[in-house]
Amino acid sequence: MTEDILYSIRNLTVEYRTRAGSVQAVDNVSLDIRRGEILGLVGESGCGKSTLGKALMRLHTGPARITNGELWFDGRDLMTLSDREMPDVRGAEIGMVFQDPMTSLNPVQKILDHLTETIHTHEPETSAAAARTRAEELVERLGIRRERLNEYPHQMSGGMRQRVMISLALALRAKLVIADEPTTSLDVIVEAKFLDLLRELQKEFGLTILLITHNIGVVAEVADRVAVMYAARMVEVGDVRDVFADPKHPYTQGLLRSVPNIKLDGGELYKMDGAPPSLLHPPKGCRFHPRCPFAMGICSVEEPSLDAVENDHLASCWLYRDVAVKQEARNG
Amino acid sequence: MSPIAIIALIIGIPSLLLLAYVFVRGSTGLRRYILTRIVLTLPMIFILATMVFFILRILPGDPVSSALGPKGTPEMIQSIRTQLGLNDPLIVQYGRFLWSMVTLRFGNSLVGGHRPIVDEMSERFPATLELIVPASILALLVGVYGGALAAAKRKRALDFSLRIYSVVIYSLPIFWFGLVLQLFFGVRLRWLPISGRIDAVIGTSLKTITNIYSLDALLTGNWPAFFSVLQHLILPTLTLGLILSGVFVRMTRINVIETMQADYIAAARARGIRERVLIYGHALKNAMIPVITLIGLQVAILLAGAVLTETVFSWPGMGSYLVERISARDYTAVQSVITVFAMLVALISLAVDVIYSLVDPRVRY
Ligand SMILES: Nc1ncnc2c1ncn2[C@@H]1O[C@H](COP(=O)(O)OP(=O)(O)OP(=O)(O)O)[C@@H](O)[C@H]1O
Ligand SMILES: [Mg+2]
Repeated sequence: MTEDILYSIRNLTVEYRTRAGSVQAVDNVSLDIRRGEILGLVGESGCGKSTLGKALMRLHTGPARITNGELWFDGRDLMTLSDREMPDVRGAEIGMVFQDPMTSLNPVQKILDHLTETIHTHEPETSAAAARTRAEELVERLGIRRERLNEYPHQMSGGMRQRVMISLALALRAKLVIADEPTTSLDVIVEAKFLDLLRELQKEFGLTILLITHNIGVVAEVADRVAVMYAARMVEVGDVRDVFADPKHPYTQGLLRSVPNIKLDGGELYKMDGAPPSLLHPPKGCRFHPRCPFAMGICSVEEPSLDAVENDHLASCWLYRDVAVKQEARNG
Repeated sequence: MSPIAIIALIIGIPSLLLLAYVFVRGSTGLRRYILTRIVLTLPMIFILATMVFFILRILPGDPVSSALGPKGTPEMIQSIRTQLGLNDPLIVQYGRFLWSMVTLRFGNSLVGGHRPIVDEMSERFPATLELIVPASILALLVGVYGGALAAAKRKRALDFSLRIYSVVIYSLPIFWFGLVLQLFFGVRLRWLPISGRIDAVIGTSLKTITNIYSLDALLTGNWPAFFSVLQHLILPTLTLGLILSGVFVRMTRINVIETMQADYIAAARARGIRERVLIYGHALKNAMIPVITLIGLQVAILLAGAVLTETVFSWPGMGSYLVERISARDYTAVQSVITVFAMLVALISLAVDVIYSLVDPRVRY
């Protein structure tokens, strides 16, 4: 099954150096993104989703640093590339769609120039006319009339701009698109249309999409698989249907119960106890144990690894390890 | 055609084209904005001219006694004052002055040969133009490129050097800086002339058309004159241009650094666009928008700097003319020069605003 994995993240740690101390916003995370899937990445605000997304393109600047890990993308480890080589991957092989389409386009650059500049950056030999034609065909496919290419970003609506962002990510036929909360700033109807578009693109181009969101509903709607993050760690990964029907990790269980559900007949909405921990001083052992209704002695001592609980359904929780393993972990 | 008319055409035609362009292509809002600006500017110039008029008359001394010196008898002084209209009631003089401003005729000088101010300015104004245009270009080039370079090399040696440069150069007195350049390049190395606009001997061969000597030399194909003018221009241009460049270095640097934090820069970086292009293309272009506003604000400082530079380098422009006539108490000349300066400041900052609205697609007045 290894051949259908497009991106294999191994033991990734990303650190922010701040005045208060260093914060591991992504801590020893491993995750596989399969070719052609839409993988939803969910978790509370501040758990490190965006940090993980940016790390996949080694986009960090300023206080952030990847301190450990391997990033196997399409057969090579991006961590071994030099800073001069990385830009060739960005935009060409991996594209990114950001949360706020209102601020993600250059205000003094026409839409067309955004596209042709991207094309020329990666394919300098393309003629201006050819780049223009490509841009026109691409945006029309995404439901933007070609005349609008001559407009400036401020002349477009949020939904249109988010389509432009997608077209930019696809301009070079990227294999993977990382979409970081792409619909958060859109209204529900525009959001639904945009999600449909993502689905179509996935089918049509065989596109792989990492969809970062804190909206469980969005994941349920479009994702094939889902990865759940809690306090910089990966706690559960599996098929959307499996995870939603039978969540393994107590955090995922709480998360799903706290989602408003229309079928819910007037009952109180579940609210998880406690607050997410500070990443500056995370709890020892399993980071969820202070809030966990099933916490055991070992939970506050040892961190559980992310292992298969059922076929193709991973969770990092002591509830699913047999006593022998627990014992071994305690002694070893 | 008189030189002043030609100059008026050189400044006027582009301004009119710009205005025409805006009125044809611009939005109604922009049109209304420009009209409002013009309407608001006129009272400002009026107030300024009025203040100058009265301040001059409060100052001790008057044009006649300073021209005659100690040998003037009171009777002589009185008769000349009457001839020049200086004994008329202040309100009559004020009315005459306002009328001369409205008609842009400015009246006659009160000293020397009592020549029309317009004639005197038509010799002096081109000299100032010849100085401030290259000085502004130099200030912008050094400022914008230096600022972008400092931002690109942030927190490294080059950045620190450029920041020190910008603070030091901005706080240097023009007199002192001009003098140092004169001493070094003129007196010590003997590379460059330290005063005047053109070599005296070569100057006799120059046929003047616009009184902008470099342009006249080009138009008549007089190469020796052209190179002499360039030589004379170097030190004054460096003095004025470099001193003005400091504030542009700072502004550009800050704005480029701030723009580099913008989401669209991160998004462009995620498309593989290289750091160099991000800084000198994307960020600099956006950072220029506030810098353009700064150009408008710097026009007054540019003219004030020109006055000092012209004095240091005996440059026969509007600035040295102003200084000469202040000490001679030539009321008419001083009033006229200051009014012209005020109009110039208003005109250029309006033009800068219009350019701003054309550069930034989001601006809608
Ligand atoms: N520039 C920064 N400097 C210091 N720490 C940061 C910085 N950016 C993020 N962090 C830290 O990293 C953690 C994860 O941030 P990240 O933006 O990845 O969270 P997220 O899961 O995307 O949250 P959200 O849902 O709000 O977008 C934050 O809790 C914060 O402590
Ligand atoms: Mg985020």
